[in-house]
Order: sequence, then C-alpha cells, then structure tokens
Amino acid sequence: MSDNQNDNQQADSQSCGCSQVDQEKRNFLIATSAVGALGCAAVAVPFVKSMTPSERAKAAGAPVEVDISKIEPGTMMTAEWRGKPVWIINRTEEMTAELAQHDGQLSDPASEVTSQQPAYCKNEGRSIKPNLAVIVGICTHLGCSPSGKLQKGGDMGDGWTGGFFCPCHGSKFDLAGRVFKGSPAPINLVVPPHKYLSENLLLIGVDTEEKA
Amino acid sequence: MKKLLLAMLLMPFLAAPMLASANEGVSLDKAPIDAADHESLQRGARTFVNYCLNCHSANYMRYNRLLEIGLTEKQIKDNLLLAGDKIGDQMKVAINKKDAAKWFGVAPPDLSVEVRARGADWVYTYMRSFYRDSTRTTGWNNTVFDKVGMPHVLYELQGEQELNHETHALKLVKPGKLSVEEYDALVGDLTNFMAYMAEPAKHQRNQLGWFVLLFLGVLLVLTYKLKKAYWKEIH
Amino acid sequence: MTDKNKSALSSALNDGLNWVDARFPLTSNVKAHLTEYYAPKNFNFWYFFGSLALLVLVLQILTGIFLTMHYKPDADLAFGSVEYIMRDVPWGWLIRYMHSTGASMFFVVVYLHMFRGIIYGSYRNPRELIWLFGVAIFLVLMGEAFFGYLLPWGQMSYWGAQVIVNLFSAIPFIGPDVSEWLRGDYLVSDATLNRFFAFHVIALPFVLVGLVVAHLIALHEVGSNNPDGVEIKKLRDKKTGFPLDGIPFHPYYTVKDLVGVSMFLIVFSAIIFFAPEMGGYFLEANNFVPADPLKTPAHIAPVWYFTPYYSILRAVPPILNSQFPGVAAMGLSVVAFALLPWLDKSPVKSIRYRGTLYKQWLVAFVISFLVLGYLGTVPSNVWGQFGAWMGGADRATVVARIFTVVYFLFFALMPWYTKKDKTKPVPERVTG
Repeated sequence: MSDNQNDNQQADSQSCGCSQVDQEKRNFLIATSAVGALGCAAVAVPFVKSMTPSERAKAAGAPVEVDISKIEPGTMMTAEWRGKPVWIINRTEEMTAELAQHDGQLSDPASEVTSQQPAYCKNEGRSIKPNLAVIVGICTHLGCSPSGKLQKGGDMGDGWTGGFFCPCHGSKFDLAGRVFKGSPAPINLVVPPHKYLSENLLLIGVDTEEKA
Repeated sequence: MKKLLLAMLLMPFLAAPMLASANEGVSLDKAPIDAADHESLQRGARTFVNYCLNCHSANYMRYNRLLEIGLTEKQIKDNLLLAGDKIGDQMKVAINKKDAAKWFGVAPPDLSVEVRARGADWVYTYMRSFYRDSTRTTGWNNTVFDKVGMPHVLYELQGEQELNHETHALKLVKPGKLSVEEYDALVGDLTNFMAYMAEPAKHQRNQLGWFVLLFLGVLLVLTYKLKKAYWKEIH
Repeated sequence: MTDKNKSALSSALNDGLNWVDARFPLTSNVKAHLTEYYAPKNFNFWYFFGSLALLVLVLQILTGIFLTMHYKPDADLAFGSVEYIMRDVPWGWLIRYMHSTGASMFFVVVYLHMFRGIIYGSYRNPRELIWLFGVAIFLVLMGEAFFGYLLPWGQMSYWGAQVIVNLFSAIPFIGPDVSEWLRGDYLVSDATLNRFFAFHVIALPFVLVGLVVAHLIALHEVGSNNPDGVEIKKLRDKKTGFPLDGIPFHPYYTVKDLVGVSMFLIVFSAIIFFAPEMGGYFLEANNFVPADPLKTPAHIAPVWYFTPYYSILRAVPPILNSQFPGVAAMGLSVVAFALLPWLDKSPVKSIRYRGTLYKQWLVAFVISFLVLGYLGTVPSNVWGQFGAWMGGADRATVVARIFTVVYFLFFALMPWYTKKDKTKPVPERVTG
C-alpha cells in the first residue's frame, strides 16, 4: 500500500497521472475479465462434453441372446455384450464343490461389494444355476481380459484350484470370478444382469425383475 | 566412468535378441526362409492357394503381387485365380465368418501377416505338429497350439501322427502320400511363401539397405572432412 | 563472369537483403541464433543429441504427413489401411518404417539428451527454465507416442490404450468419469481411435513444436552449458566482447552436427532396412494381430520407452484396495526430473568435478532405470517365485520394488549427497 502511495506521489510530481490508479479503468478491467472468463468457461463446456460417450455409444448396449447348449462341463464360451467379453462357464460338480473350500484366500468371499453382481447372484457360486456362471471377462484392475485357467494345477502351479489369470498384471480369480488376495485387482469380477429364457437360451443384459 | 556409462546405455540393445527368443516354452524348428528362392515361393503359393485359401483369407495380398516371385500373369490366372476373379484382386475367401465360427469354434483368421504375428518358425513347426486326439470334436490336436480349432488340412499328405504323452514326442503312425522329408519341404515352401506374403517389400528393403548404408558412409567421410577443415582454426 | 558483373550481382543481392531486413529481422536473427550465437568450444559427442532430436522431430512430422494421406482412423479400416500402406502404396513401407523407427529413435535421442543434461548439470542456474521446457517436451512426447501407438489398431495398440486409459480411473472420486471421457465410450472403441488420431496429428504436434521453440529461445538467451560446467560468458575478448571460450555456432557446430547427423542416419537406416521390428522392441509381434476387444494377448507390455515407469506402477502394491498409489508413483517418477534444478545443491555442475558419492548415486540410478526398463518388458513371473520365507512373492516384483526405491532415493536424497559430496576445483576456462 505504501509502495502504491509512493508511486502516486512520484507520478504526481511528474505531473503525468498515467500511473495513478484510475478507479473507472480498474472497475471495468475487472468486470470485463470476469465476464470474458465466464464466456470462455461457457464455451469450454460444449467442447468438453463433446468428448463424453455419444448417443451411438450409449445405444450399443442392447441385451444379447446366447445358446448355451454346447458348453461342455468344465469348459466355457465367450459372448459379446456391450463390446465386452462375457464368459459363460459350465462348472463341473467338482469345481462347484471347490468354490467353498478357499474362502480364506479371497478378498471378498461373500460378494459383499454389491455393485459387482445383481442381488440374485450374491451366493457361493455367484450364479443363478449352481453350475453355470455368467461373468464379465474384464479385470477390475485395469480392464484387460483375463485368460481362463479352468483346470487345477497346470502352468499356474500346484496350489491352483482353477479360475482366471489376468496376463496384464497377474490378478487371479476363482471360478466364480472372486479375486484372490494379493492380486492388484481390488474387487471381484462383475456378474452382468442376466436371465434364462429357456433351458438352453441365456439373455445377457436384462434382469428377471425388469421386462425383457 | 565414461565407458561404464556408455556400456550401460547400450545394454538394452544387447538384450534385444533375448526378448525375441522368449516363447511359450515349446521348442520350435527353424523354418527354411529364403526370399530369393522364387521356385520355393511359387510352390508355397500353390500350396497356400489350394489348401489354406479355402477357409483363410489373405485380404491384404493381391494376386498380381505374385508377378514379383516370377509367376507370369497367365500362370496366375490359370493356376491360382478362381473363375471371375481379376488379377488385381485380393486373396479373399467366400466362406462366411459366422458359419466358420460355428464350425470351428473360431473364425479362421486372416493369414496376410500371420508370420509377423507368430513368427515363421512357429508356422513351420505348427503345420508339422498335428496329432490324432479322439477327445477333440475335429479329431485333431496340436503340440504347438493346444486345442486348436483347425483340423489337419494336410493330413492326406503327411499322414497321421500320435503323441506320446510321456515323452511329448510325435510319431508318424499312418504314412501319408508324402515322405517325411517331402512333407517337411512342402511346409517349408509354404512357410517361406507366408513369410514373403507377410512383408512383400522385405527382400527389396534388405537389398536397398546396403546402398543406403554405403551412401551414408560416403556422406559420413565427407562431413567428417568438412568438419576437420573448419575446425583446424579452433584451438 | 567479369569482376564488374560480379559486383553488380552482389550489390543486387545486398539490395534485396536490405529490402527484406527493412521488413523482417532476417539478418539480425541469423546473427543472434547462428553466426554470432557463441557456443562453448568444448562440446563432446553428448552434445549431438539436441540437434538430433530436432532432426527426428522434423522427420516424424514429415513422414506423418505422408502417412496421414493413406491412413484411415476407423476401427474397421485402421488395421487394413496400415497394411495397405505397407503393400499397395508405392514406397509406403519405407515411410511407415521411418515413422515407427523414428518414434523409438526419438526416445533414444531424447533419453541421451536428458542424460547429458544430468551429467553436466545443464539444468542448474541459470538454465532451470530450459530444463522445465525440456521436461514438458518429454511429457508431451510421451503423450504423442501413446496416442500414436493406438493408430495401427493391433492387439498391443488396443490393450495398451485400455490399460493406460484405465489408469486414470484410479484417481479418487473423479477417476472413472475421467477415463470414460478420455475414451468417449465405455471401452476403447472407434470413438477412442478417432480422437487419439486428432490428438496425435494435430493437437500434440502443435504443442510440441511450440515447446521446442520455447526451449531454444530460452537456451539462446542464457547460452549453452558445456562438459566443464563453467560459464563462458564470464571471460570475454576485450576487443570484440565475444566469449573467449566460445565459437560461433555457425559454421563450427553446424558442420560438426552434420557429422552427428551422418552417424545417426547410419544407425537409423540400419534399423529401418534390416531390423524394423528391432527384435520386437520397436514393432511388437502381437500388433500384427488386429485389435480384439474380447481377448487380451497372453503377455502385454508397453513399448520399451515406457517400461521403466510401467515397472514402477506394477511394483507399488495397492493400498487400501486402491491402485492410486501405484499410479501416483508412476506419475511422480516422470515428473521428478522437473525438480532436479532445486534438488541439486552441489557447488559444481559437471560430473567432471563431482566426487564419488554423487557418481555412485548416478550409477545406481542408471542401473535402476535400466533394470526397471527391462522388467517392464517381461511378465512379473519371469524369474519365478521366492520360497515360502518371502510369502512366495514373484522374484521380479521384489527386485522391481528394490529398484523403485533406489530410483526415488536418487531424487529424494540428492540435496543431501550433493552437499556432502567432496568436489574438485573447477577451472576458470573450459578444458580440452
């Protein structure tokens, strides 16, 4: 403040007046800057918004029907729903029995994170039918698609009880898509909304509760 | 100090071949690749068109490119082209991808750049590693590609192999039309052609490379002399 | 030509030059930046890499323009259009290989250029801003490389983009929205490809060129550093006022850099013509498989120039079920370079006059950088697992963690060890 006064006095002594604070100029400078900035921000909104998913992208999420009659026990197939891989795994009885045996090694054995499955799949096998699991094959870590290592042992080592292994950062999941402790993936794989239209026909993307 | 740092900086480049040889544990046989052997390429092209091109496309490869490997336009038209195709067409297939996916479990991939994706040695070994497996719906399995969707298309030529599950060795149990050596040569030619198809400009690239390097060598000498001429006055 | 004709011609040229100079500061700019820009006379081969980076930038822009004439930024057509360039476009393969090799060589040259800056203290006062512009160039270059890498639309392109964009979802609260906004879809798709193309060919090249101009303006304001780290402007010729240890950039360094250019072009051409894949480092085999959103390749890794940071990302374990610490550590590992001017407390600039303590830390850093770089290219189970005494952890992960710590200690402890280090006396004038 004192500096300012000094300047003013100097300016006065030079009888110039050019560096004197002109309140009118200052007020309009502030007002113009504020309105200008507001305008810039308003114009930025459409540009930023234009990069969000378009109507076409939003519309691509229609449910898909899958014929599941050909999945032999102990194998799986991959369907495509909203551009994502959805696995349908036909678990053998031995595999379903195994699911109850390794709760201690899982991060979320009882599927407490409710966003990861519909309520009707919050059970041991995370499925409607005990043998058939329907899981979105996208790792909850960074979005890679894990590889099926359905059988015990093999290249996954002796302790492996069957499940999925993500090639990107080594996350491991069991045959119900539940994540093993120590994996980079924080939560279980997603179970999509789905329902059985008949014995062999599965509809992915729509709940029993909603109308198909 | 300086040398140590320099050596460390060069380390990644010395390590480069290590990455290339890292493969999924199956030992692969060396494929006989020779882009200058036109006869081998022509034989390979014929095998490819007769056996592979029924299901697999090579969408990025044009028939008239085969003029480069010594075939004449007439030979291409008479032996390789389907009726109605033009010589400038790409190697497409009529098979419907969806049907094919139903029959084989997966749609047969396009083979234009297969050798660049998997390596020539892989293709060469793969085509010689089919064996009978009654647990498979196709009746075939492969030591290089477990549970492969493709049946053994060349089995009439090679015959049938069986896998010894203890030693993991393949044994020819039912000979085909060709002897082992003839079959290996046939697959060798096929692989050679597929390697050529994966990058048709490769041979030209390698030949031109020597001239470019020679030219740049001359340029280096000249720029070095130029620099010396200017810098003689700097002390 | 007679003498009379000669002088007529030269006076006509002179008139023409005067005409331009009255309208545009041509002569004064040529003087300021070339013929009377005095650079230290003791540059060694490390000083080639700045001009080489400029050369590669020009090459990338030039080859990029020609690739854009044939490339199609469409998920259904992109892969095929690259193969079209490689086969059907006359000499397209050469232009494409120049561009793909140029991308990797850009990083080779820039890393060596940065290393030069570190060992000779080129980031120190008064060159902090040159260094900051340089770090900004490096960041934009990484973005440019990342966006460009999606364009061939192969498996590595696709899944690399998927992983990197998902890194943003680790940011607390806004993360998932940010990555959706970047992709323009719920997964990497045609929309993503299209916008990455826009970033790669328009947005970032403009920013890059602008930053390079700023980098050079700042450099020419304060003058170049040199391997001795002494300021040549302190000692000037009494008559001319030019630095005693300086020589005009043109012609001396222009002709010298031409030697560097020739050597570089030999390496560059050898790669283009004989090993454009560079054993899978410059062009990855999996990128010759078209992108498949349903299937991740069995082993994915970023291109070699990103692997040190990627290793750091993998090495940091999730904390409280959040991936954010790893992502933050990766970001910090790149941004840490920007802090160097303020972390280095040594009384000397150049490594020539530093003591062994600093040199040991530098060697430890370079080794960490290279080991992390290597580990980033391989799966984390490459060296198998430790026994039960280590909880069966992957050996490579443990090693990566150790070197991640060393990497950050190089920066974090720099104020301490540069101050404590026993330095040698710096000469008045440049040596050798």
